[in-house]
Amino acid sequence: MAAHIPFEENPEIARLFPDLHPPFTKQAAVIEANRCLNCFNAPCTIACPTHIDVPRFIKKIVSGNLRGSALGILEANVLASSCARVCPVEVLCEGSCVMHQHQQEPIAIGRLQRYAMDYFDASGGKLPMKTSQLHSGRIACIGAGPASLAAAAELKQQGFQVTIFDKKKLPGGLNSYGVAEYKLSVADSLREIRRIAELGVEFHFGVELGEAEIEKLESEFDVIFLGVGLGAMHTLALPGGDHPSVVDALEFIENYKLGVMASVSGSVVVIGAGNTAIDAANAAKRLGAGEVRILYRRTQDHISAFTFEYEHAKQEGISFHWLTQPVEIHVRSGKLEAVECIRMQIDAEGAISPVSGSNFKIPCDLVIPAIGQSPLFVFLSKFRGVNLVDGRVAIERATGQTANPKYFAGGDCVNGGREVVDAVADGKRAGIAIAELLGSVQVG
Amino acid sequence: MRAFDAGWGGAVWKTIGAQVRNVSARYSSIDWNGQRMMGLNNIELISDRPLEVNLREMNEVKKRYPDHAVIASLMVESNRDAWHTIVQQAEDAGADGLELNFGCPHGMSERGMGSAVGQVPEYAEMITAWVKERARTPVIVKLTPNVSDIRIVASAAKRGGADALSTINTINSITGIDLDTLTPRPNVGGKSTHGGYCGPAVRPIALSMVQQVMSHPESALPMSGIGGVANWQDAVEFILLGSGSVQVCTAVMHYGYRIIEDMIDGLTHWMRDKEFASIEAFRGRSLEKVTEWKHLDLNYKVVANIDPSKCIGCDLCYTACWDGAHQCIHVDRESGPTKVHLKPLEVEAESRRLITQTPIPKLDLAEPASQGPYATPLSRIPRVDEIECVGCNLCALVCPVADCITMVEVDTGLAPQSWNEICLDDNKTKSEAFLSG
Repeated sequence: MAAHIPFEENPEIARLFPDLHPPFTKQAAVIEANRCLNCFNAPCTIACPTHIDVPRFIKKIVSGNLRGSALGILEANVLASSCARVCPVEVLCEGSCVMHQHQQEPIAIGRLQRYAMDYFDASGGKLPMKTSQLHSGRIACIGAGPASLAAAAELKQQGFQVTIFDKKKLPGGLNSYGVAEYKLSVADSLREIRRIAELGVEFHFGVELGEAEIEKLESEFDVIFLGVGLGAMHTLALPGGDHPSVVDALEFIENYKLGVMASVSGSVVVIGAGNTAIDAANAAKRLGAGEVRILYRRTQDHISAFTFEYEHAKQEGISFHWLTQPVEIHVRSGKLEAVECIRMQIDAEGAISPVSGSNFKIPCDLVIPAIGQSPLFVFLSKFRGVNLVDGRVAIERATGQTANPKYFAGGDCVNGGREVVDAVADGKRAGIAIAELLGSVQVG
Repeated sequence: MRAFDAGWGGAVWKTIGAQVRNVSARYSSIDWNGQRMMGLNNIELISDRPLEVNLREMNEVKKRYPDHAVIASLMVESNRDAWHTIVQQAEDAGADGLELNFGCPHGMSERGMGSAVGQVPEYAEMITAWVKERARTPVIVKLTPNVSDIRIVASAAKRGGADALSTINTINSITGIDLDTLTPRPNVGGKSTHGGYCGPAVRPIALSMVQQVMSHPESALPMSGIGGVANWQDAVEFILLGSGSVQVCTAVMHYGYRIIEDMIDGLTHWMRDKEFASIEAFRGRSLEKVTEWKHLDLNYKVVANIDPSKCIGCDLCYTACWDGAHQCIHVDRESGPTKVHLKPLEVEAESRRLITQTPIPKLDLAEPASQGPYATPLSRIPRVDEIECVGCNLCALVCPVADCITMVEVDTGLAPQSWNEICLDDNKTKSEAFLSG
């Protein structure tokens, strides 16, 4: 039912959000691939959470074996197309490239991976089955984000019956809804998921799970994989914070990506300085906003955004305001007017405190809080026997198994919110472990 | 003439003889690691322009550039009169010398010319002698490498009276096959033929052949070195093995006549640095440093030394030593030497089992563990087992970093001894035993 996932791209969004890193031409790819030293036990492969054999796929680009290159990548990472685009390669594979020690630019691993994967897509490549044997074991994956998709693909490739449930209309989780469009478009995210659907993984969308439904799932499925991600974003607990022109970053990003909102006017204030804050700020700018400011209560040294994201935001024309804490949203005649802020100071220990009397107003038309997602405490507590620690699902790291052996988990709900590639690695490990479990013992 | 204006001292004219027809396409090449034309293959014959036009132009060039050498390359059917005629024509046109093309390995050889002559010592000697009967200018014989021992034909040419040799002509080659059409390159209407290989790829073969000819008293003659010369260093190498001049073609085809500027400039600087006043001052200087294997010192030993401060941790030396050499490089600086070393596949399998995740500053409060005293983590800097190392050089060759792996001489405490000396001693012992027995 899900091999066809209906989605229509908004051409205006496509125009405003072209690829941040355009694809390689054939010759450029081969020249870049030739630069790779083909390290033994390559640091890039070790650094990749999914351990893609990087030199292997790069040297297959050199030899012209693009199908082999892509299949080798997919063997390790079934969401390789999106990872090629969204991975923070600067802190992963490319960050560990020995070329850094060699006083040279690291190999453009992400772009080379995309080159191989684009070829695979263009040539109608399909995911291979790993066995012709079918197993009776049935697995439910809750959430259709990267972790579940990776677990589902692994299990389906090994011949198990897999069904994915998600409350949204489209699969992919944050891959479809939450990544800056210039990094990964919705269309590209869905194209990649179609490959998994074509394996025969079943998808059910728009599913809300209450206790009764969960009980039913437990009786119908041998194993349940939790790839539910994190919950809603923290709301701005300030006077005026509930105004309709205060839109949290994930909602804002989802709205423009789906083409629901294709322009922004006036000036925008983004609160928080993580990667999502930057994605939202850049998007607001591209959608037509005038001034886009990012407010952060600490300084540049403390931001959780990657350095390259911070640099990119400055290039997009975003201004950063450090030691600035919003205290109130001002509304006049129903219209959002300004954010009132107070200056902060940092003492020698790094503790911050407001500077009294330093209040000032930043006029704006839209406020986008990006101050993190909260864990799904309530939802997760419905799964019996699954332990939570600090709101995260506790698992055995190597297998993804929770305290309740029937449940496995991976992705943001386990790690507190990391990258797509981390979720894929979790999902795949869990998939392998579930297959081993169901291959030997029948779980009741 | 443009070449002379650019600084070239002389030119060997495209081989002339009875006018031929050529095919298209004519060239194909080997690209390597993203670099174009590491080796070039051609199936072109001698000049396809009328002989009279070539001779007229040669005459014109000599008139305009009387101080530049113009050598006429000649190839006609194996007939005394034909050779006498072409020699006369070339010299009348003003050629300063004659180069007999006994080397072309394709097309012309099917007609009993080119390498068909150069592969049969008797023919080479006979035709050289015919040419010498008529020639007033120096006669250079251009040798084909497509023989089992180049010294045999070189000696024949010398017996025939050749004044000089030029080494080498192109090597028989098929550069590659189009995997869609299954037709080798170059494609001439759906078919191909073997051609002659040249360019940087053939230089080592050419150098070896020049050395063989020049170290052999029966074949040594004034030598013009040919084969993959692209810069002044290449030229110096040919001269060090005895060449008095070098010829360049592929590099000019690739980059144009302008390359002569650095060839002259670089050579001049090098000669000044080495205090060589003339070409003759260093010509042939490396010949005495080439010997037969049996005279090499078996007690000379070098071992690999890895400079950990330069190592970038690619571990190519490790995998090369394990899979292509003597298994004496290990990645055990962190673990310390162990009795049983992990094999490459086991090392990789172990790292794939590691659970790694994206470092997120906010979530990962702990500082990364110290990597050791060098820029590259200690765990990735290989170590050489100097006892086991045979000093083969392979690790130093695969290392991408200049001067990171050096081969260091170790004193074996043994006097120099060659295999030849061992055999002589052995024979002496045997004969003494025989005599005393």
